[in-house]
Amino acid sequence: MSIDLKTVKHISKLSRISLDDKKAEKLASDLNAIFSFIEKLNKLDTSKTEPLTSIAETTLKLRKDEIKSGNIREEVLKNSPNKNKDFFVVPKVVE
Amino acid sequence: MKKNQSEYLIKRNDTEYEVVIGLEVHAQVLSKSKLFSSSPTKFGAEPNSQVSLVDAAFPGMLPVINEFCIKQAVKTGIGLKAKINKRSIFDRKNYFYADLPQGYQISQYKNPIIGEGEVILDMPNGEKVVGIERLHLEQDAGKSIHDMDPQNTFVDLNRSGVALMEIVSKPDLRSLDEVNLYIKKLRSIMRYIGTCDGNMQEGSLRADVNVSVRKKGQKNYGTRCEIKNVNSIKFMQMAIDYEANRQVDVIEEGGVVDQETRLFDTKKNETRSMRSKEDAHDYRYFPDPDLLPLELTDEFINDLKKNIPELPDEKKKRFIEKFKLSSYEANILVSDIETSKYFEEVIKKSDVKISTNWITGELFALLNEKNLEIIDSPISAKNLSKLINLIKDGTISGKIAKTVFEMMADGDIDPQKIIEDKGLKQQSDPKELEKLINKVVNENQEKVKEYKSGKEKLFGFFVGQVMKVSGGKANPQLVNEILKKKLK
Amino acid sequence: MIEIQNLTLVDLVNKIKKKDISSKEITKYFVERSKKSKKLNTYITENFENAIKKAEEFDKKPDFKCKLPGIPLAVKDLFCTKNLRTTAGSKILQNFVPTYESTITENLWKSGAILLGKLNCDEFAMGSSNETSFFGDVQNPISENLVPGGSSGGSASALAANLTPATIGTDTGGSIRQPASFTGTVGLKPTYGSCSRYGIVAFASSLDQAGPMTKDVKDCSLLFEVMSSYDNKDSTSIEFKRGNYLKELTDSIKGKKIGIPKEYRIEKMPKEIEDLWQKGIDIIKDSGGKIVDVSLPHTNYALPAYYIVAPAEASSNLARYDGVKYGFRSEGNNLIDMYEKTRSKGFGDEVKRRIMIGTYVLSSGYYDAYYLKAQKVRRLIKNDFDEVYKKVDAILTPSTPSSAFKIGEKTDDPVSMYLNDIFTVPVNLAGLPAISIPAGIDKKGYPLGLQIIGKAFDEQNILNIAFSMEKQINFKNNLNDWWTK
Ligand SMILES: [Mg+2]
Ligand SMILES: [Zn+2]
Repeated sequence: MSIDLKTVKHISKLSRISLDDKKAEKLASDLNAIFSFIEKLNKLDTSKTEPLTSIAETTLKLRKDEIKSGNIREEVLKNSPNKNKDFFVVPKVVE
Repeated sequence: MKKNQSEYLIKRNDTEYEVVIGLEVHAQVLSKSKLFSSSPTKFGAEPNSQVSLVDAAFPGMLPVINEFCIKQAVKTGIGLKAKINKRSIFDRKNYFYADLPQGYQISQYKNPIIGEGEVILDMPNGEKVVGIERLHLEQDAGKSIHDMDPQNTFVDLNRSGVALMEIVSKPDLRSLDEVNLYIKKLRSIMRYIGTCDGNMQEGSLRADVNVSVRKKGQKNYGTRCEIKNVNSIKFMQMAIDYEANRQVDVIEEGGVVDQETRLFDTKKNETRSMRSKEDAHDYRYFPDPDLLPLELTDEFINDLKKNIPELPDEKKKRFIEKFKLSSYEANILVSDIETSKYFEEVIKKSDVKISTNWITGELFALLNEKNLEIIDSPISAKNLSKLINLIKDGTISGKIAKTVFEMMADGDIDPQKIIEDKGLKQQSDPKELEKLINKVVNENQEKVKEYKSGKEKLFGFFVGQVMKVSGGKANPQLVNEILKKKLK
Repeated sequence: MIEIQNLTLVDLVNKIKKKDISSKEITKYFVERSKKSKKLNTYITENFENAIKKAEEFDKKPDFKCKLPGIPLAVKDLFCTKNLRTTAGSKILQNFVPTYESTITENLWKSGAILLGKLNCDEFAMGSSNETSFFGDVQNPISENLVPGGSSGGSASALAANLTPATIGTDTGGSIRQPASFTGTVGLKPTYGSCSRYGIVAFASSLDQAGPMTKDVKDCSLLFEVMSSYDNKDSTSIEFKRGNYLKELTDSIKGKKIGIPKEYRIEKMPKEIEDLWQKGIDIIKDSGGKIVDVSLPHTNYALPAYYIVAPAEASSNLARYDGVKYGFRSEGNNLIDMYEKTRSKGFGDEVKRRIMIGTYVLSSGYYDAYYLKAQKVRRLIKNDFDEVYKKVDAILTPSTPSSAFKIGEKTDDPVSMYLNDIFTVPVNLAGLPAISIPAGIDKKGYPLGLQIIGKAFDEQNILNIAFSMEKQINFKNNLNDWWTK
């Protein structure tokens, strides 16, 4: 299989990373090399194998419904590259 | 399932179209803290004041699940008579948006916590069963505010991470009335169990509406469109009506309906394609590696089952059987848990029939007029019960009772006290009444003659006069009896 | 004046406790040495003045009961440190100052340690050579223009060059063990769930695990003891009784069965690695251990599976870097434009490459073929280990298929770079503990490591085996401090 430029552009759109044509071409060739290496997996029959989602063989621990955080607006906004007193500020979203 | 007489059909050039509707209701879970973080969920707080480092997706922050939210989902599942899945998995739904700090929403995709269930609607012609496909838990997003600044969008993350139950119905709804009843029933069930306050103004309940149309009699479903995030029943109905007609027009013009996501513009009353946005949407669901599978024990589920209160369907059945209420009356009294509680409190010591009439009549009118919920009723169940007993034992007439009722509303005053203070007690002493009647008869000898000579219509005049001189307090039944004897 | 240069972490702790030396003296020593070592480019952010202040405070009110009394430590810049910049080696976080502390570093400070500074690493821990950091390549003190390995390359170099008495790293596919092997130091990747991930900049959540990097196995035991804790802020943290790893350390491995997996004897493996492995086998035999030939049949599929799972998780974990809440932002005409420019300029090439791989393998139509497949392979790999552990107590393999390479040698060939982790990756996929110890040098004089893989939560056992082998190997780095000249 081979990953073409169109696919690379589509993935870049999905990942919200802009790419110029030169970078896209380089990436297409890198991805092809990596995926031809990954294709090795196809040799393996896994039709009877259950996927392993979590290596920790335990169940989810539950937390009590208690309020222990919040009221840290200043702290939450502190690192934002664009904010005002109350909000994070982003360029206008056009619906 | 009985046939619904009030079918909702769209007619164009002799062809009738049936409208098929399915709802994905997002119900905010009632909990103190968020689904995966310990910040508060209260509505209406200062912007970004209820945000933890987890909610704002700071580097290295991890989700830890709230046990209570899981209980709430399971309880709701029980209320929907649904299958509780003992093993469920949290997935990430990946997309970028300003109010989605993680760049993904934690939701449940392939393995939801609740499976198939049902909701029963009371239609005018009988019951209708609406299938529930699933219920899953997920995080709410924050809020983007577009109208505070011409160049920028402001982001408030207070809602980010609040627990939602997404309740997905089967495409079983067929009319605007059914949508109305379905939402109300769902809301009623969740309020009974205490898992969602159902407050639509505050966004605690909103829905994505799936609409398709097909020619009447056709078996296969048509292509559906999803109208996103509609937040009132009225808007849902308007959106469905617009969308169904739009789809019929497309088909009638020889076109095909595209499966797509649309939004409802409440100002223009129309649905619009969101396709431009959809293009870059491929949610890339996968199990959230920061969380493990959620496993519920039988014990956990059974403990919750034991504590589920009587739900509207059962309560209605009981009201009909035990109190001989009509189906209509029972429906009104059980649809809201607080109303049913009020009713049961009143009838503990009072006549059921009179209580039913007074609650569904005078009390509802009063609440309506004052725009109050029953829980904030200006007249307590205890005092209404007293009033009803005073009517029943003849202490006051129904007419006086209405006056007393109005006075009671001014601070939940004891009706007994009002009657005593204002001297409104009914005169039921025959000797006293006879004195009054004698006075009226004596003062109206002319009319007595006319009455006796056959003008029987005048009987009402004498009753009226007696009531008048008694200040309305005379027991009308006794007055009737005595008058009849006197005028013989 | 005591010669700090040759002291281990355990030595320093003992000397401080005996009041032979003060925290300030030690701290000043490492600060001075670090200042003279800029050529190595190990530090991204220094905390030197603060560290000395803290050391003075410690000396004024010393608490000798804690496990790391007044010990200065530099840590990988992937651990969030309160009020000290944390970058993950990325431009996108170049100005990020956390208001919170990772559980692991919190554990260190609670044990008396003092933060020296934040060490360079591959961007978001993605790399095997420390050449993907926005803050530049790190030099291996072993030789000029040699990579230290990655992603904990800054940590490994700083440790080997004695700029910190010990350090901590994170290991997603070999990021502790491979640089340890390249720099002649000891590195432990603990069992998944043993060390909290709270406050560590995430790369691949189901694989990431923090661990100690030290001069010897004793130090490793001590530091691991401090790091490992159950943490209710991390849902994948596992509750179990944690041992006194240092106290219980023993070099007696008599009767221990050690597995030698035949699949690790890969094609074109340098003879030196082959010989090193044999040397390890002989040492174990000499110490009374039993060698058992075993098979891990799916070993060959581990790396391809890893290069699906890790990028998939990373593509999602790194979605939060969007220029809104923190970090770098490149202005755009609208929201989407801002996102695309921010992420394009904020991330380096390797990170972008992995985000793209991850996005692709999760995208509609490919999920089953790639992601689901990889998870199934992961199950098979774990089953392999489970089978083998019915017969043996631990497994011995080389840590890496080669010694350290030159800076720039592999940057144009991602696949050959990825192959570096061929021996370390299966361990992460199976969530097992593994330690790399220096075991010899190749003909260029570069260190080579051996890896001991244990059963889940059996860290004590592999520490013991490593301790026993270490004594017989008696490895010493021969450093001439070229970078100070
Ligand atoms: Mg939806
Ligand atoms: Zn939803």
